[in-house]
Amino acid sequence: MTATETRIVSKFLRDRPDDSWTYEAARAYNGAYTRLEQAFAMAPEQIVEEVQKSGLRGKGGAGFGTGQKWSFLPKGVFPRYLCINGDEGEPCTFKDHMLVERDPHQIVEGAIITAYAIQANHAFIYLRGEFALGGERLAQAIDDAYRNGFLGKNIGGTGFDLELVLHRGAGCYIAGDETGLLSSLEGERAMPRIKPPFPAAQGLYAAPTVVNNLETISTIPHIIANGGEWYASMGVNRSTGTRLFSVSGHVERPGNYEIELGMTFRELIEGLAGGVRDGKQMKFFIPGGASAPWLLPEHLDSPLDLDFAGAELRTMLGSGAITIFDETTDPLLVSWRLAKFYAHESCGKCTPCREGSSWIEKVLYRMVKGQGRPEDLDLLLSFGSTIVPGLNAPFAQTTICALGPSTMSHVVSLDRWFRDEIVERLTHDADLRRRLEVTSA
Amino acid sequence: MGFSTTDRRRAEAIAAKYPQARSATLPLLFYVQDRDGWVSPQGIEDVAEFLKLTPAQVLGTCSFYTMFKTEPVGALVVSVCTNVACLVQGGPELHEQLRRRYAEDDSVFVEEVECLAHCDRAPALQVNYDFHGPHTTDSAVDLVEQYRSGAIPARTISGTAAGGDR
Repeated sequence: MTATETRIVSKFLRDRPDDSWTYEAARAYNGAYTRLEQAFAMAPEQIVEEVQKSGLRGKGGAGFGTGQKWSFLPKGVFPRYLCINGDEGEPCTFKDHMLVERDPHQIVEGAIITAYAIQANHAFIYLRGEFALGGERLAQAIDDAYRNGFLGKNIGGTGFDLELVLHRGAGCYIAGDETGLLSSLEGERAMPRIKPPFPAAQGLYAAPTVVNNLETISTIPHIIANGGEWYASMGVNRSTGTRLFSVSGHVERPGNYEIELGMTFRELIEGLAGGVRDGKQMKFFIPGGASAPWLLPEHLDSPLDLDFAGAELRTMLGSGAITIFDETTDPLLVSWRLAKFYAHESCGKCTPCREGSSWIEKVLYRMVKGQGRPEDLDLLLSFGSTIVPGLNAPFAQTTICALGPSTMSHVVSLDRWFRDEIVERLTHDADLRRRLEVTSA
Repeated sequence: MGFSTTDRRRAEAIAAKYPQARSATLPLLFYVQDRDGWVSPQGIEDVAEFLKLTPAQVLGTCSFYTMFKTEPVGALVVSVCTNVACLVQGGPELHEQLRRRYAEDDSVFVEEVECLAHCDRAPALQVNYDFHGPHTTDSAVDLVEQYRSGAIPARTISGTAAGGDR
């Protein structure tokens, strides 16, 4: 099977693995900061239009139109802020980790263009705290950009000022939610905020704010260089351009692959990542980060299309993380581990998630341990529906942020694909326990 | 006690980056963690005093984040991922073996962590926020010992570089 990558944001870092993060290499071999001239020759609104034309959608998870998000800023209200979300914490996602360590200048250049487009004079990159080397390289890149006049006052004689601040997170998944990020950046617990008001109206310090994912920002210089139409000519339907997919789990060649959207899961997983390791069969896979409902081998020929994933497959491409589990995997164990993750990361603000996430973990724990009851899957679905009314993707929610419904996506997957297997196992376990009691009595 | 003159100068430089000083809470907590080796009650008070907040406000923020250690943990923090990509490739076993190996050792703190975004190198771990993987128990112990002997220069437990470009 021939499947090939279409490298845009990952081209330079792949071409020069030994020094792609340095200012010298980025300038000499990747034209870093040369798109600024093109951008500053355009009016800010023209950049917003160009990005809208490209069809670029946020690459952090929700897939909202980037240019559209920018256009929501209220006219004439200043100051405005740009916040770049590099708090990559969605389990199995490792694309931003690569981008920040290996091409920080692409991020800085994208940040400058975006800040100019939305007329923000202060921008923040919220980087996951655990990315120590990435933080070091990004800090260096920002210093280099200041030293060479690409940041600070009157950039390139245009009269545009920009202060760019690297802000390190400190270990917390929910800071990756856009309003959780804002709370954290303000020095508080990273608790998400109720919307409306949306960040575009009242975000950081209650001022108009745009929050964009780090991969999204990395794409901006390329759209400026080649035009919105060029970007929109790639991809499929409303999923234009390329995306980085982090492929992990039981595959031959785990890693990040940048591909044109519209490719099938099979081409990506088997063609590029080499398929399931050690000649085994696939049992199931997670198609879009831990929060995405699971899929089966029978779905492998579906296209990587954001809208198709939602409407037809009742899941999402989310953060672009695909994790493959082979036939030896216990789906209950994976589900329990995800439940443990959400119980740990629930910020505690909304009752259904705070209470529900830890109860889901407790019930799954006893199921994995052989202490389950035949009705446990239904029990989970019953109280899970107080977090996710209807239990069907696209998920409704009784919580402020999407962490709530994410606590149930793996449980819904168990019910959808492995119900018979699980109920049979629980019945068997209960029967064993009963016989044990009778025998020992 | 409060901030020394040097502390104050550093803290002012950090706070000056933000339109509102309270945004400097996380970076200042990293700063006192590096200064004291952990986030001590004194560190909390110092940050609070500087930011004109109450210690309870600062501790409230601090306790929300896993990278702040409010008890002494020694010089090396070894973080082992057991989330799903590592779960099925030996992460929990690696964590358990390392935890036992260093249980009595006050200078090495082994912790189980959530996904580190290093899933293509599962099972993954970090030593003071340097990424490593995949590792077996033996190779991981060897790695930790290299940090301990200084053969590999370690970052601080906040992930701050040991010095120079690495």
